[in-house]
Amino acid sequence: MPFTWLVLIILAIAAAGYVMGRGRALQSAGGDSRNLHSLPVYYGSNVAMWAIVPAAAVLIIWLLAQPFFINSRVLEMLPDSVVTEGSSIGLVMSDVRRVAEGLDVAVAQGAMTRAEATSIGTDDVRERLGAVGVALGANVSEPVLSGAQKYRSLTATGSAFMAAVAILIAAGGAGWAYSRSTAAFRARNTVERGILALLIFAASIAILTTIGIVFALLFNTIEFFKLYPAADFFLGTKWAPSFSGRGGASDLGVLPLLWGTFYISIIALLVAVPIGLFSAIYLSEYATPRVRGIAKPLIEILAGIPTIVYGLFALLTVGPLLVSMFGKDTVGWMQGGTAVMTAGLVMGIMLIPFVSSLSDDIINAVPQAMRDGSYGLGATQSETIRQVILPAALPGIVGAILLAASRAIGETMIVVLGAGAAARLSMNPFDAMTTITAKIVSQLTGDADFASPEALVAFALGMTLFVLTLCLNVFALYIVRKYREQYD
Amino acid sequence: MPDASMPPAAAAPKKSSLSVLDARTRKRNAAETRFRMYGVAAIAVGLLFLVFLFASILRSGIPAFTQTVVDIEFVLSQEQFEVAESKMLKTGEYQNIFVNALESQLQDRGLEVEFDGKAIERIVGKPGGTIRSFFLENPDRIGTPVSFELAASSRVDGYFNGRVTRDTIVDSRFLMASDLDLVDALEEAGIVHGAFNWNFITGTDSGVDNPGGAGLGASVIGSFFMMLVVLFLSLPIGVAASIYLEEFAPKNRWTDLIEVNISNLAAVPSIVFGILGLAVFIQFAGLPQSAPLVGGLVLTLMTLPTIIISTRASLAAVPPSIRDAALGVGASKMQSVFHHVLPLAMPGILTGTIIGLAQALGETAPLLLIGMVGFVAREYPEGFLSGFTDANSAMPAQIYTWASRADPGFYEKAWGGIIILLLFLITMNAIAVVLRRRFERRW
Repeated sequence: MPFTWLVLIILAIAAAGYVMGRGRALQSAGGDSRNLHSLPVYYGSNVAMWAIVPAAAVLIIWLLAQPFFINSRVLEMLPDSVVTEGSSIGLVMSDVRRVAEGLDVAVAQGAMTRAEATSIGTDDVRERLGAVGVALGANVSEPVLSGAQKYRSLTATGSAFMAAVAILIAAGGAGWAYSRSTAAFRARNTVERGILALLIFAASIAILTTIGIVFALLFNTIEFFKLYPAADFFLGTKWAPSFSGRGGASDLGVLPLLWGTFYISIIALLVAVPIGLFSAIYLSEYATPRVRGIAKPLIEILAGIPTIVYGLFALLTVGPLLVSMFGKDTVGWMQGGTAVMTAGLVMGIMLIPFVSSLSDDIINAVPQAMRDGSYGLGATQSETIRQVILPAALPGIVGAILLAASRAIGETMIVVLGAGAAARLSMNPFDAMTTITAKIVSQLTGDADFASPEALVAFALGMTLFVLTLCLNVFALYIVRKYREQYD
Repeated sequence: MPDASMPPAAAAPKKSSLSVLDARTRKRNAAETRFRMYGVAAIAVGLLFLVFLFASILRSGIPAFTQTVVDIEFVLSQEQFEVAESKMLKTGEYQNIFVNALESQLQDRGLEVEFDGKAIERIVGKPGGTIRSFFLENPDRIGTPVSFELAASSRVDGYFNGRVTRDTIVDSRFLMASDLDLVDALEEAGIVHGAFNWNFITGTDSGVDNPGGAGLGASVIGSFFMMLVVLFLSLPIGVAASIYLEEFAPKNRWTDLIEVNISNLAAVPSIVFGILGLAVFIQFAGLPQSAPLVGGLVLTLMTLPTIIISTRASLAAVPPSIRDAALGVGASKMQSVFHHVLPLAMPGILTGTIIGLAQALGETAPLLLIGMVGFVAREYPEGFLSGFTDANSAMPAQIYTWASRADPGFYEKAWGGIIILLLFLITMNAIAVVLRRRFERRW
């Protein structure tokens, strides 16, 4: 039975339960809803809730558990000889699954009857599946084919059982709730508890996401460190991955990437911090409301532009421009358009509104009394800003700069397009260098095998990036929050 | 020290007046002006960057929307049709017929430029297939004059857009410098002219060697399906989470943990979400690569913090008197929130959602990791459901793909794609601004 049908049936049970539960409650109150504890809607919703929630929970658990169960049953029946040289049990299992899916497709398209699919021999299965568009790499061996047939039959039985169990539970839940739908039953309280549980679940998704990120990174990073020594990764000064698939030939040292990341971020901050800070000071202290109303949104447009646009801007506009200024026609510092300077400059432009609006908030939070006191002593406006406001706002501004730094370290598109691909430890800002994020992209978008250290290193890089930015963020948020409390 | 209390008799009493500035005041005032100028300069530089950015986008992107076409009317006789259909290389034969027709027409008009059939072939690209399929579908038009608008080759296109100039052109089998004289003559005769490139908006991506035929249409659809996923997941989840945190959550460690988590998730680099999508949705859950569904799920997780933060702000802006009044007439806490607070906060929530969606629409880095870049989006999805699961591209991913191709003809397409992407973003943000202006209430 298709899965959508199952869902529809459960929903139908819930809908019927809604109507019946509501009716029964009203009936028990003699048709007068004033005699009910809750509004009639709640009695209906209560029945519907009991129909859907337990059944859905069973479905989800079943769907998660079934593949593991079937895998282990099929593995049991596969002989050890099926795992040949240069292969692994995982590859054999994926073959089994592919054949099984192919048979499903063939049956669904009518190219094969159900009986044929369970009895077909190894001779013509590849040809028959090829005819319906399922291409198999090699001839199917006998154990794999019988494994696939077993897989299909187990899946079919499993799905049938699942459907039966889910429908039974839905009907049972609805029936139980229906039997309780009497005038004295506190339906609203039950339904509201259900809704509250739903709200709590939604709020916990943030936690689940973080857990997902940490586990995804952690497992693959551990896998990587089994293949490649951690010390070489953290202390290696050479980045030269090979794509031959042999781990020994690659040098995967993170230091050149870290250096590129920091160098580009520093240049970006050198551009963004002065411009952002001075604009924030001007906008909050000097500008008339009219100027502020025009200039602030205009500068903030820069923050709304997608990073791919900045990346293209770096690659196609700023890069060639810098080459024409510092290239071999003039001073000869720059070989190509992609360089630390290109990426840093453009990233700096991107960060201007980030620094300026955060600093603007912080400067505005400094109490007016401090300004008035300073003016009263005869200080000019700029003296007030430099000697009173900025020192008072300094922790907050430092926090804003740290947040901007974390943004710069994690930025991907600008460096992928603008910084180049060569990993090197150089001091020349006009050299092409590369960053952690750029290498994550290049290691994971190739055709590399996911089990090779060349692909797994991306997860270790991701972990490094995550920890780095997380520390910066936590520290910056701590400073900003502490500072805010000071003047609240 | 008795001297200290006495003013030194030798020094003349300092003359000072409010109307005459002394050196120190002048210095201080100059410092004041300087400081102020720094601020003006910073803002000017920021705005200059903005202007420069938009100027270069428009300058480089507008040509992507125009296309050079060869506008020609010609007659295909029944006899020619039969001969062409009997040949092995059918489209090639059609092309020969077309080139011959064009050549004779040009000679009739008495163009003063020397040219041959080869030159025309280089200019018109490969029209044979278009002509053949037209006559196969409309056999009744054989023998009558038919007017064709055929795309010129991408080099000629580049000549009109200024990408190829007479100084930079290198003679090749694609275009010779001498052909440009012919192109100029054709333009004067009104046969070659620019036209709006609808194919760029509605078409699908072409192969790596045909920048002229590349279109953004399929990836717009891909982005659309991704945004549907983001909207239908992140809005309910985000609102539910915000309601819990703002209205119901007790102040304890668990809710503190959630709050810290949300503010940290908002600052996690987007590429890390891409790694999450790759490891969890594709490797672990076995969802298809390059599918808008997976892209939508990843972008949902990225957008959630934004939506939660803005929703909480708009819930908090609803004054407590509303809640108290609802509770006072006997509503439960849940009823007061869902019947009164939430509807009042809705404009703010929608504004925040649209801004979150706009952010998600332009996000590229996570899409690179879930395989939306290697894929060439040649086809539209077949139906509504397969739109979620079939491999497709998305606007920013398509722009990246074009930017990383070797042929510089694609750069122009990438800039053009950016213009379309920015138009979408501007529209969304404008809607958000209008919503806020019209419906937001100040309490």
